Parts: sequence; C-alpha cells; structure tokens
Amino acid sequence: MPRGAWQLLGPRLVAVVSLAGLLAIWWVAASLAHSRVLPTPPEVFDAFWRDALTGELFFHLAMTLMRVAGAFVIAMAVGSAIGILLGMNAEANRFFDPWLILFLNIPALVLIVLAYIWFGLNEAAAIGAIAVNKIPNVVVTMREGARTLDRDLEEMARVYRFSGLKTLRHVVLPQLQPYFAAASRSGISLIWKIALVVELLGRSNGVGFQINLYFQLFDVAAILAYTLAFVAVMLTIEFLLVQPFEAHSTRWRPKRARG
Amino acid sequence: MSNLSKPIPPAGGRSALAVEIRGKTFLGADGEAVRAIEEIAFEVAPASFATLIGPSGCGKTTTLRIILGLDTDFTGRLKLPEADGRIAAVFQEPRLLPWRTVEENVRLALPDAEAGRDLDELFEVLGLAEMRTRYPSELSLGLARRVALARAFAIRPSLLVLDEPFVSLDEQTAGRLRRLLTEVWSARPTTALMVTHNLREAVELSDRIVFLTERPARVRGIHEITTPRSERDTRWRETTLSAIAKRYSGVL
Repeated sequence: MPRGAWQLLGPRLVAVVSLAGLLAIWWVAASLAHSRVLPTPPEVFDAFWRDALTGELFFHLAMTLMRVAGAFVIAMAVGSAIGILLGMNAEANRFFDPWLILFLNIPALVLIVLAYIWFGLNEAAAIGAIAVNKIPNVVVTMREGARTLDRDLEEMARVYRFSGLKTLRHVVLPQLQPYFAAASRSGISLIWKIALVVELLGRSNGVGFQINLYFQLFDVAAILAYTLAFVAVMLTIEFLLVQPFEAHSTRWRPKRARG
Repeated sequence: MSNLSKPIPPAGGRSALAVEIRGKTFLGADGEAVRAIEEIAFEVAPASFATLIGPSGCGKTTTLRIILGLDTDFTGRLKLPEADGRIAAVFQEPRLLPWRTVEENVRLALPDAEAGRDLDELFEVLGLAEMRTRYPSELSLGLARRVALARAFAIRPSLLVLDEPFVSLDEQTAGRLRRLLTEVWSARPTTALMVTHNLREAVELSDRIVFLTERPARVRGIHEITTPRSERDTRWRETTLSAIAKRYSGVL
C-alpha cells in the first residue's frame, strides 16, 4: 500500500480489526459455554431485531437520550458557571471547596434515591438527579481552566475596551474550550451510565427500565441488545457531533506533523 | 496613508500627556515592599513621540501600566491627552488572540459602531494584506508585532503606548518595523510614549527622550530632538548618539 493511503486508512483499519477480534472472542466463548446467560452475537441481534420491529427499542432509546441530553445541558451550564466562578475567586473557592469534596464523594445511588423521595417519582427529579451527579466533576475541570486564564490577554482586552460580553466570547471562552471539551467528554459517558440507574429505580421507560425488565426475565440477549444499541447511539453522537465540533473550535492550533 | 503630502488629519488629544508619579511600591514575592519608582515627572506634547530609556527593571513598564490604567495603586497624578480618549497599547509580546485571525484581532479592538470599517489601507501599509486570514500561530514574531501595531493604529487612539515593541527581533526585521512605525505614525501623528533600552531606536523615532535612573526610578535628564525625521541620516545619528552618550554615561 502506498504510504499516503496507509496513513489515511491505517488507524481505521486497526480499529476495525481490533473490534472484530473482540467479537470473535465473544463468539467463540459463547459457543463453547453454550449457555443462556452468554448468548452468541446472532442471538443478540435477533433480540435487537425483535424490539426494533415493534418500535419499542427506539422509543426507549429516545427516552434515555432525552434524559441524557437534558441532564448534560444542565450539568455543563451549572457546573461551568460555578467552576469559572470558583477558579476566579480565591475566597469563594476556599469556602466552597469542602462542599465540592463532599458532593464529589456522595454515591450516585444516594442522590438518586433522595431526589425521588424529596421531589417524587417524576421526570424533573430524574433529570435533576443525573445532573447533580455530574455537576461536581464539571466544576473541578472548569475551575482548573479558569485558574489558567491568561492575564496578558485580559489586560489587552481592558486596554482596548472590550465589553464584558466581547471579553467572554473572544477572550475567556476560547481559553476554556479544551477544559469544556474534557468535561463534556468524560461527562457524557458518566451521565448515561447514571441515567440507566435512575430509570431502573423510578421510571417506567428508557433503556434502564428495559434492562431491569429483561433482568427479571433473565434474558441476557435482550440486555446486551439494548446496551449495544445505546452505545452505538453514543458513538454516533461522538463522531457526528463532538469530533467535528472539536475540530472546528481548535482549527487555529498549529497542525502537528503526524509521526 | 502612504501619501505623506496629503494634509495631515488632526490626531490625538488636544492636551499634552502629563505624568507625575511621586511613589510606587511593590509587594515583592518575599512579602517585602520594593520601591519601584521614586519620582518621575515628564510631559509629552500633543502629536509628538517620546521615549523612556532606563536600565532594566527600573520601572519603565510600571510607568506604562500606570498610564494604561492597569495599575492604579500609586501616588501622583496623571493627565491624559483626552479625558475619555482611547489609548492603544503595543505590548512587549504581541498579545494577539490565537483563536482569531489577523483581521479579526484588529477588528475586535474597534468600537462596535466602526466594526465594519475599511482597513485595507492600514493592512496594505503594514504589509499585512496577504495575512488577513492567517492565525497568529502561523506568523513570525516580526509579523505578529506588525499585527499588534495595526491593532493599535486601527482604533485611532488619542494616545499610543509602546512597550519595547522591537525587542528580540533581528536587527534587519527591527529596522524594517521601525521604518513602518515611522511611516504609519507620520501619516497621523498621535501623542506617543515608547519604552525601550535601545538608544538608537529612541534617536531614530523620538522628539523627546526621557532618561531614567536605576530603581527606584527618577528622571535623570530629558533630551529634545528637533531634527525632522526625514533628515535623520546615518551620520546625524552617529553624532547625536555620541553627544548623548557623553552627557549620560552608560546609556549606550
């Protein structure tokens, strides 16, 4: 293969081969075990197809996605605001740091149960509980970002009389972009895992609810079908939304030569 | 702008820049107070170019920061050419926004009402016409400094403040940049104050040179230059330099 083509296709080929290897191991293990609790890939696909045909699968995926999206937006907005504030104000940080450590260490399950008890078994409590679980992580990352803000650029903005909004948009936020990207990357995967627990405990739809249902029926094929379907949705979001957005917002960086 | 025979539009504020710093103390890293400036007082006439020269760490940059309003903790008085006029700064580092193009960096400094103004001539004179869509990381230090100059002149300030704008450039690039600065400045003379420790640079550009002592800084002397910039050739420069060096030992 010519060098250029290899550089373009090489990494993707490696990814495909690697995933195929994982699939093969699973298939072989399932065939050897020959058990209901470890179905083969075609059995999982059958389960997927069954629920896809009735439309049930897509309904539950959509419900979970809605909760993930809602909680993500709330967690990023609230967490960023608090994080930037703490990063820029040493006194506030000193005061609230113990709170932050406390919230970072409260188990997700406790927050979810308390949210349902205090606010009832409703959608707001569910999304709120997911968001509150994620907010402390966002705060920690964004606080680190706000601490590294460039004073020189801030002075330049003051001398050239940038308005508050202009400073935020053109000076502050671009500097925080890498931290925002890191927080949302780690955030989205954490959020959807918590979302399933929230659904399992107090919702009557969503991937988490379905997994609980199939757990009672001991239907491992269906559990895996739902899990893999949702992972596929998240991967699609990653490739179609997150990565293009990141490429766009870091277009000003000098391109590193590929080694 | 390149046509110097055009009548020069009035620029800068009406009154002189008057600086009077009677004391400036820093809190050092070890918690002890360091006296940076003892007493500095000088004026820069409207539409003239003045330079502050002094040994490293004598408080030149601090003086500029006080004028820019970035440091308000000092004793003394400050009278700007125009009470609420705009001040442009060219810092030691270009201080461009790395995530904005050359043109966006310049335009962002403009007041909102003028955001769409025609800047073709300014970019042309500074040799930046081809660079407008580049990002700062793609520019050499010399080019980035030109962008910083473009940004400063674009806002048509009432006062222009320059902090060693030619430092760490090779002599050829620095010389070219000095000529560009002279050209753009002469087209619209603005009250300007530059800090440097390069006497040649000061002699080439200024109408008035203010010499400062070691820290805590005092004014050591003020040297006026009346020769028009167009008549400052190499021979004139060498004689002036040696005359100044004789009077202020150790400045060269």
